[in-house]
Amino acid sequence: MTEGSVGCVTPQRQAFDAPLALASGASLPRWELAYETYGTLNAARSNAILVCHALSGYHHVAGHYADDPKNVGWWDNMIGPGKPIDTNRFFVVGVNNLGGCHGSTGPSSINPATGQPWGADFPIVTVDDWVNAQARLADALGIETWAVVMGGSLGGMQALQWTIDLPERVRHALVIAAAPKLTAENIAFNDVARQAILTDPEFHGGNFYRHNVRPVRGLRLARMLGHITYLSDDQMAEKFGRKRRPSAGSYGFGVEFEIESYLHYQGDKFAGYFDANTYLLMTKALDYFDPADAFDGDLAAALARAKAKFFIASFTTDWRFSPARSREIVNALVRNKQSVSYAEITSPHGHDAFLMDDHYYHAMVAAYVRNIKT
Amino acid sequence: MTTHTLKRSDFDVIASWMKPGESVLDLGCGEGELLQLLGERGLRGWGVERDPGLVLAAVENGVNVIQSDLEAGLAGFENDAFDHVVLSRTLQTMRHTQQILAEMLRVGREAVVSFPNFAYWKNRMAVLNGRMPVSEDLPYQWYDTPNVRFFTMLDFEGLCEGMGIVIRDRQVLEERGGIVTEEANFLGSLAVYRIGRGR
Repeated sequence: MTEGSVGCVTPQRQAFDAPLALASGASLPRWELAYETYGTLNAARSNAILVCHALSGYHHVAGHYADDPKNVGWWDNMIGPGKPIDTNRFFVVGVNNLGGCHGSTGPSSINPATGQPWGADFPIVTVDDWVNAQARLADALGIETWAVVMGGSLGGMQALQWTIDLPERVRHALVIAAAPKLTAENIAFNDVARQAILTDPEFHGGNFYRHNVRPVRGLRLARMLGHITYLSDDQMAEKFGRKRRPSAGSYGFGVEFEIESYLHYQGDKFAGYFDANTYLLMTKALDYFDPADAFDGDLAAALARAKAKFFIASFTTDWRFSPARSREIVNALVRNKQSVSYAEITSPHGHDAFLMDDHYYHAMVAAYVRNIKT
Repeated sequence: MTTHTLKRSDFDVIASWMKPGESVLDLGCGEGELLQLLGERGLRGWGVERDPGLVLAAVENGVNVIQSDLEAGLAGFENDAFDHVVLSRTLQTMRHTQQILAEMLRVGREAVVSFPNFAYWKNRMAVLNGRMPVSEDLPYQWYDTPNVRFFTMLDFEGLCEGMGIVIRDRQVLEERGGIVTEEANFLGSLAVYRIGRGR
């Protein structure tokens, strides 16, 4: 079995003219989703896999663009011919969520009512809203039932929500490095990130587009903070330790330690392209996610309606969404006598491990997916 | 280095104590062979396994497997969650013997435990000859064994009595898997017990 890339891919768009009612009570009159597909939908339409993205991901999941060969999809190590999600067998769909900044309707899109970017007027979207929107895309693609809905982190939460909201339309859910809801500590991290953006003078209450500026400083800080929580202490110690920049001075506040340099680089890179309003929306969707809330906090009751089989995975050094959080999902499923397998994968890479090329992790996903009939 | 590659003569005994439609938790499920067998017979099963390679094999075999260390207990599972909880050829590898037995009978209506009988006559002969036994059911050298507890059928029955555990059924097998009907603690190489909570 040779592993390969899906090769050159082309993003697509689907416009929806029927309004989408949102959890907040607001409604999007007309909206679009950007998506990509890899592999071929079979005649029975039984081999479709939906890949949901996390906080900063989007629809470019695998392969590369003809005019930008270095822009490789964010889960390219997982998806492709002969890879764990084998595009020789499956038809894979990657989608950019509503509120995103990579082509789907979001705060930087034009509000048809005003002819101006939505900005602060873009409604808050939730994981439920994303599932509804993704379902409309599935309708448009002629996919009644997904063989798999999968994702890591916030993407895993969408997979979980799919099984609850549309149980007839998901046969398998792969929920990786996720949690059934955020802890206070997690919400706290998100709040600090949001405050960094909201208090940036160039945020202009979310309407910075009309001022031709971007709240780069806030976004940069938000990303730096987030990035710290995606790594593990061990990994940081090993990668950076207390190493200093060769050119660094001392007894000052310049960039001196390697970890500072790394975080600044990550922050700058992210702030260079990501939309601040999208960042606010994505973190808020994370905070609101709590499918058990409507069931008096009883996760098993929330999951009782799911008909999917589950594969849950966590990573030992992930402290943002620790293995114990995945076990909550597993325990709820077992309590309901639902089909579930759970892998607790030893990894030094913290939360980011779900994106890494780890032999055991990928072998696990491959083994689970290989048993799925198409 | 695992017991799970052996021919599992205790599986038929274990399966004979269970009915289609019942639920079972298999502790130390290895590659999931017992769960596959029970699945074919209409039971719903979940396995618990610590070893990553065995968890992978169980996923390959299409059974439900939860990667977890039994020594940490069964805290994630609710009281009376399963009709049966199985600990097949694993009790002798565990340090927290009483804890796991109590936990099994907390989460399961009843439990099945199988283990190699240290008092099997060949094992006694080996010790009489001055060497630790190595046999079909105790296949490891003393310096390379996962087993940390060495006990006999009488020992186990004594522990059950002390813990208020009721023995509901017992099957004893000789090395080739044949049923032993008399002098069990002498002729039996592998013991399989069905146990429940006392009054």
